[in-house]
Amino acid sequence: MEGLSPEEWAAVRLSLKVAFVAMAASLLPGIAIAFLLERKRFWGRQALDVLVHLPLVLPPVAVGWFLLIGFGRRGTIGAFLAEQFGIVLSFRWTGAALACAIMGFPLLVRAIRLSIASVDRRLEDAAGTLGAHPAWVFLVVTLPLILPGIIAGMVLSFAKAMGEFGATITFVSNIPGETQTIPSAIYALTQVPGGEGGAMRLTLVSIAISVAALWLSEWLARRVGRRVLAP
Amino acid sequence: MANVAIRDVRKSFGAVSIIKGVDVDIQDGEFVILVGPSGCGKSTLLRMIAGLEDITGGDIRIGSRIVNDVPPKDRDIAMVFQSYALYPHMTVAENMAFSLKLKGVSQAEQKKRVGDAAASLGLTPLLDRYPRQLSGGQRQRVAMGRAIVRDPQVFLFDEPLSNLDAKLRVQMRAEIKELHQRLKTTTIYVTHDQIEAMTMADKIVVMHDGIVEQIGAPLDLYDRPANRFVAGFIGSPAMNFLDGRLEEGGLVLPSGTVLPLDLRPSVPAGTKITLGIRPEHLQIAPAGTPGSIPATVSVIEPTGADTTLIVKAEGGNLTVVLRERCTLKAGEAVALRPVPQQAHLFDEQGKRIAFV
Repeated sequence: MEGLSPEEWAAVRLSLKVAFVAMAASLLPGIAIAFLLERKRFWGRQALDVLVHLPLVLPPVAVGWFLLIGFGRRGTIGAFLAEQFGIVLSFRWTGAALACAIMGFPLLVRAIRLSIASVDRRLEDAAGTLGAHPAWVFLVVTLPLILPGIIAGMVLSFAKAMGEFGATITFVSNIPGETQTIPSAIYALTQVPGGEGGAMRLTLVSIAISVAALWLSEWLARRVGRRVLAP
Repeated sequence: MANVAIRDVRKSFGAVSIIKGVDVDIQDGEFVILVGPSGCGKSTLLRMIAGLEDITGGDIRIGSRIVNDVPPKDRDIAMVFQSYALYPHMTVAENMAFSLKLKGVSQAEQKKRVGDAAASLGLTPLLDRYPRQLSGGQRQRVAMGRAIVRDPQVFLFDEPLSNLDAKLRVQMRAEIKELHQRLKTTTIYVTHDQIEAMTMADKIVVMHDGIVEQIGAPLDLYDRPANRFVAGFIGSPAMNFLDGRLEEGGLVLPSGTVLPLDLRPSVPAGTKITLGIRPEHLQIAPAGTPGSIPATVSVIEPTGADTTLIVKAEGGNLTVVLRERCTLKAGEAVALRPVPQQAHLFDEQGKRIAFV
């Protein structure tokens, strides 16, 4: 089998970039929302919970369509961002990252939320009685304890982004070099005669990336887990 | 160090009232134990003192300050939890230095104070280990060390020995008492174990169903329980109770047996009362002795130092503790004679009846 063509390489690089940016950008909001949903009781909590989980159950194409309406050039938010900050998301790689981040968000939040639920509250109580401010308790006690959950959530978010297709192609289309990620490239290759070889090559690349990501996360989680899990 | 005053403190979770108006005064340097069966509200009260639970009503004062709305971090207390609550991602030294790091104490000073506390608790060789590498007793010591290093005004202990085995519990009991004698820091300690309460406390607060049943020195509670609940809760094996009616000759049991009383109770003849008698204050007499309760030996439990007998008598089983070795056999008929001077009398509501 031959090596990857320049277009295929571009798709691989773009996919990695999009997935990484999507994961990184959703990390802090993900931790914050997981904490809110798990620990706080506020008006609209249920609604927020549903909103966060919607991408998990909606057809990805529908999510892409919502993004197009909202973040497209003529969408309310899209127009505002373009006029005020010059940020354009539709038909750009940044838009692909936004679509992937939103699709992966429920997975990220769920993983982190579960690990927050499993934290022994008495560890946090003890920190309070020892003179720690709540913010400090979160940074020094809670955060290290939920690190395995955060890692798991990041991997899920990254993996989801690597495989995201429906929302991405609907929101940012399939422009080689700009928004053509591995899944869209595979799709494009299967639509043209003689594209099977390229499709196979890209499929193998995605398998390799997924295995590497899983292996890395397992290794990290075990390293961290050994430290924070009480016997 | 500080005194702690608890004034008419109440706690409800929704419509459920957990603590129904508690008053306790704790002097500077005192070792006070809150004791009671599970669900009596003792741990909730301790968490309220720590600031981990809101106060529904009343005031809690530490030193001269009402702390009702003061967050835990500013109450200048240190709490030792039943689960130890050690940070699994920190070494023993880091766990112990936790409060010092927060205060911004210099590294050298941290090292010195952690080192001193570790030495006093025998933890010096364990300072670089993680909590998971320690035994239960060692973890308990680290939790205590972490509290000591904070040098608080008040120590709070929440059932700290419950997770330890019996032998270690006895040893740690002595260590905590010794620690208190050395540091003289005001200490509030919660347990459900009345032996812990009796052996360690300067003052015991017996709680039941969200109220204080009695406050007093251990032996005061043992010798003069204010009510039937305290009488039954303090002391092991538990006090025996016999229901009857007060007459001129003494207490008349339903079967007609008359148990003479040494002193005259302050209630009129004919009153229904309960006689409480501790197992060591029941004497064995030959069967048929007048003024005694006929009974049959059911179980004999020799512990070496003394012997516990469970006997069947009217109104149920009674427990007898004999200091001397016992030649009785199961099934043997005996008579039990309560030592009249050691009798406790309770009215129908369970309140102690005074003697005239």
